[in-house]
Amino acid sequence: MSTDTAAQAPAPHKEAHARNWKGLGWGFIVKLLLMMVVNAFGVAAIMSAWNARAWVILGVLVLFLVAADWVYFSRRLLPLKYVYPGLVFLLIFQVFAMGYTAYVATTNYGAGHNGSKQQAVDAALIQAEREVSGSATYPLAVVRDGETLGFAIGDDGAVMVGTEDQPLEETGGTLDDSGRPTAVDGWEIVPRGDLLSDQALAKQVTDLRVPVSDDANEGSLRTREGSTAKIYRSSMVWDPDADTLTDTDSGVVYSPNDRGTFVGDDGSSLPTGWYVSVGFENFTKAVTDPNYAKPLLRITAWTFAFAFLTVATSFLLGLFFALIFNDDRVRGQKTLRTLFILPYTFISFLTALVWRGMLNAEFGIINDWFFFGADIDWLGDPWLARLSVIMVNLWLGYPYWFLICTGALQSLSSETLEAAKIDGAGRWRQFRSITFPLLLVSTAPLAIASFAFNFNNFNIIFMLTDGGPNFDDTSIPLGATDLLITAIYQISGVQGGRADYGLASALSIVVFVVVGIVSALAFRQTKKLEEI
Amino acid sequence: MRNTIGKVAVVATSVALLAACSSGTTEETTSPEASASETAAAGIDATGLSLTVWVDENRQPAVEAAAASFEEETGATVELVQKNFDDLRSDFLSQVPTGEGPDITIGAHDWLGAFVTDGVVNTVDLGANASSFSQVAVDAVTYDGQIYGMPYSTEAIALIQNTDLVGEDAPATWDDMIQAGLDSGADRPFCINTAGETGDGYTMYPLQTSFGAPVFVQEGGSYTSEVGMGGEAGEAFAQWLSDNGEKGEGYLSTTIDYATNNELFNSGKCAYTIQGPWALGDFADVNFKVNPVPSAGGETAAPFVGVQTFYVSSQSENALLANEFLTNYIATPEAMQALYDADPRLPAYEGVDTSSAAFPEAIEGFQASADQGVPMPSIPEMGSVWDYWNAAESKIIKGADPVKTWNKMITDLTAALEG
Repeated sequence: MSTDTAAQAPAPHKEAHARNWKGLGWGFIVKLLLMMVVNAFGVAAIMSAWNARAWVILGVLVLFLVAADWVYFSRRLLPLKYVYPGLVFLLIFQVFAMGYTAYVATTNYGAGHNGSKQQAVDAALIQAEREVSGSATYPLAVVRDGETLGFAIGDDGAVMVGTEDQPLEETGGTLDDSGRPTAVDGWEIVPRGDLLSDQALAKQVTDLRVPVSDDANEGSLRTREGSTAKIYRSSMVWDPDADTLTDTDSGVVYSPNDRGTFVGDDGSSLPTGWYVSVGFENFTKAVTDPNYAKPLLRITAWTFAFAFLTVATSFLLGLFFALIFNDDRVRGQKTLRTLFILPYTFISFLTALVWRGMLNAEFGIINDWFFFGADIDWLGDPWLARLSVIMVNLWLGYPYWFLICTGALQSLSSETLEAAKIDGAGRWRQFRSITFPLLLVSTAPLAIASFAFNFNNFNIIFMLTDGGPNFDDTSIPLGATDLLITAIYQISGVQGGRADYGLASALSIVVFVVVGIVSALAFRQTKKLEEI
Repeated sequence: MRNTIGKVAVVATSVALLAACSSGTTEETTSPEASASETAAAGIDATGLSLTVWVDENRQPAVEAAAASFEEETGATVELVQKNFDDLRSDFLSQVPTGEGPDITIGAHDWLGAFVTDGVVNTVDLGANASSFSQVAVDAVTYDGQIYGMPYSTEAIALIQNTDLVGEDAPATWDDMIQAGLDSGADRPFCINTAGETGDGYTMYPLQTSFGAPVFVQEGGSYTSEVGMGGEAGEAFAQWLSDNGEKGEGYLSTTIDYATNNELFNSGKCAYTIQGPWALGDFADVNFKVNPVPSAGGETAAPFVGVQTFYVSSQSENALLANEFLTNYIATPEAMQALYDADPRLPAYEGVDTSSAAFPEAIEGFQASADQGVPMPSIPEMGSVWDYWNAAESKIIKGADPVKTWNKMITDLTAALEG
C-alpha cells in the first residue's frame, strides 16, 4: 500500500516501501481477500435483513459496508483504516445501546405496554371472541368462487355454505362419510394442501368469519386449522376510523388515551395496552416516589461503600502480598505467586455460590472450621451479610491487585530507591515516599476502573446473598446488600414477568451518570499523581 | 418452584454450556424428509413454509418426534429452537411484539396472565381429542373463560418419606409426621427447602393452605386479584412458621436450600421432605415413597399444581399451520406418550402409559398429591407476589415477630398490586 507520509519522508539508504511498490503486492492481495470476506458476510447479512424486512438494520448494514469498502480502497483515508473497525463497534455496542436505553427510559415499555397499538387491538379482539357454548364441531371445506372465499360445512347431512357477507344457507352438494362436503354446487372446493402451503390464503382463511344467520348475535363460523369449524361470537368491534373499540354487549366504547391504554366511557380499561412516550416520568418516579426513593438512597450509600471498600481492601491486601513476595529472600517465589493468582482464575459467580454454601450458618465449613461450629448467621444479619460480601469479594479481587502491583513493583527503577537509601531513608520512609507514590501512577487508573466495575458488580450480590436480608422497614422487597444494579433488576421485574423496562432503563441511566461523574473526578485526581 | 431452583438452573446450564461449547447447538433444524410421493399421497405440500417452535432441553426430543411425522406429511419444516426454560417467558414476551417470536412455544401455565395482558398469545382449540385432557390441566390454561394453551403435563410437590426410617404409611397430620420422624431416630424428622435466606413460598404452600390461607381469593374456580392469605388464617400460619422455625422447634430452617435438602434426605438424615418429581434423581441412595402432604392446620394441604403447555403466538404468520400441528400432531395419544417418555411429569392427557418412568410408583404418589392441589394462579399479579411472600416467610422462620411480619407483607403486597 502506498502512504503519503512515507512518500514525503527523506529517502534513506534503502528505498522506502512506498517507492518500492510496483503494483499489486502481497499486501494488496491479502487486503483484497479480507475485504472479499467482509463483503461476503456483509451482503449475506443485508440479504437476511431484506428477508426479515428489517429496513433500519438493512440501511445501517449497507452504510457500514459501503463505508468499509470506501475506507479500505481509497488511498487517502489512512487514519480511518485503523480507526474504522473500532468505530463500527463503538457505534453498534456503545452508542446504539445507550441511545436505545435512553429511548426506552422515556416510554412506559413493560408489562401491559409491551407492543404496538395495532397489537393491542388484535389482543382485545382475540380476548373478546368466544366460542358459543355448546357449539358443535363441524367438518369443514373451504370453498371459493373466483376471489370470494367461503366455508362449506356438513350439518346433519345437509351442505351449508356461506361467506363473510352471506350467512350460511343450505345448498346442493355431496358429503363424504365423515360429513365433510366433497362437492358444493356453484363453488369450487379449495384443496387442503393449498391451504397449508399458501401462507396468504391460510391467513385469509383464519381471518374469515361466516355468520351463522342474519342475527349477528348467533355468532359466526371460524376455523383454526382449516378442517373443522366452530361457532364463535365476538363482543368487541374495532372501528379504525373512529379509533375506538366498542363492546357490543355492554355498549361501552373504549378509546385510546395518552398512556397507551384503551379506556372505556364508563372508566374501565382494557388489559392490553401499547407503549408510548411518557417523557421524564420514569426519572421523576425514581426520585420522588417515597416507596422507591428511601430504599434507593440507602442502597446508593451501600453501593458506594461496597465499591470503595472492595477496591481499597483488595488493593491493600494485593499490595501487601506483592511487597512480601517481591523480596528476593522469599523462596519458591514463582510457585507461590502462581498459587496466589488462583482465585482470580475461577468464574466469579460459581465462586460466589460456593461461598454461599461455605457461609451457611448450620452446614457451612466457615462456622465449623473457624468458629467451633457456632451458628453465626453470616448471610442473615444485615451487617454480617455486608461484611461477608466484602470478604468474599476481597478473596476474589486481591489476586488481581497482587498481579498488578507485582508488575508495577518490578518496573520501578532501583536507582531512585538506592538514592533514597543513600540519603538514609528507612524502609517505611522508602515505601511511603518513593515506592507507593510511583506505584499509584500506574495503578490508580486501574483502581478507578475497578471501582466502576464493582459499582455494578451484579454477579457477586445476585449469587451470594440475592440482595438479602431484606429491609424490614421498606415496602418494596429490597435488601441490605442490594447494589443499585441488583435493585434495578429487582424493580424491573423481569424475573416475575411483571417487567417495567422504562423505569429500569431510567435508573440505569442514572447509575451511568453517577459512575461517569465519579470516574471523571477520580481521573482528574490521578493527573496530579503523574506530576510526581 | 422455578424461583426456587432458578439459581441452580442458571449455574447448571452455564456449566453445561461451558462444557458443551463444542457440541452445543442452540438451534436445531430438522430437515424435511418428505419424499414427493408421500406428500402427493397426502395431497399437501407445504414445502417452504416453516413453523418455529421454542422448546427446552427436556422437551426437545419429544417435540422433534411429533414434528417429524408432521414434516413428513405436510412437507413444512419445523424449526425447533432450544432455550432455557426460564428464558422462554421473558423472550416470548419481548420478541412476539417485534415479529421475531416463534409460532409456538412451550411454557408454564402460570405465565398465561402476563401473556394475555401483553397480548402475545392466541386462543387455541383442543380439537377432536379435547375430552382426553385432564380437567385440572384445561382449567389451568383457561383464562377469563378462554383456552389459550394446549396442556401436556402437570406437576405438583408431595411428601417424600424414607421408607427404611418411617415405613410407607402416609402420616395423617403434621404432628403425626413429626412424631414418626422423631421416633425413627433420624437426625431431623423433617426437612424442607427454603431456598436458603430467600424463602420459598412455593414449597411451603401445601402447609399454608392447610391453614386455609390461599395466596389469592378464588371465585368459582378462577383467582381474583384479592390477596387471600391475610386475616386470621394467615396469622395462624405465620405463628406456626414461627413455632416450628429456628427460634422454636427448629424443623424449618433457612440454612436448608434445594441442594442441602436433597442431600440430607438422600443421606438418610431426614425422615420426610417435601419435593417435586424433578428432585427424584437426587434420591438414588434411599428407599422412598411419595404421599400427599399431611395437614398442619386442619384443612387439606393443597400444593400448587403447575401445568406445562404449548402456546400459540398472537402474531404468528402461520396460525393455520400452527393449529394444524397442535391439534392433529400433538394432541394425539402417540405424541403425548412421547412427551411423557421424554420428561416423565404427570401426564395431562388420558391414556398415557406412565410405567415407562424411572419411578412409576412415585408418579402415582405425585398424582395423589396433585389431585388435592390447586392450580397455581396464572393471573399477572402472581408475578409480584413471590418476592414479598418468600422474604416474609424467611424472616418469620428466622425468628421475626410472626403476626407483625406477615401483616406487613400483606399490606405491602396489596399496595404493590394496586400501584
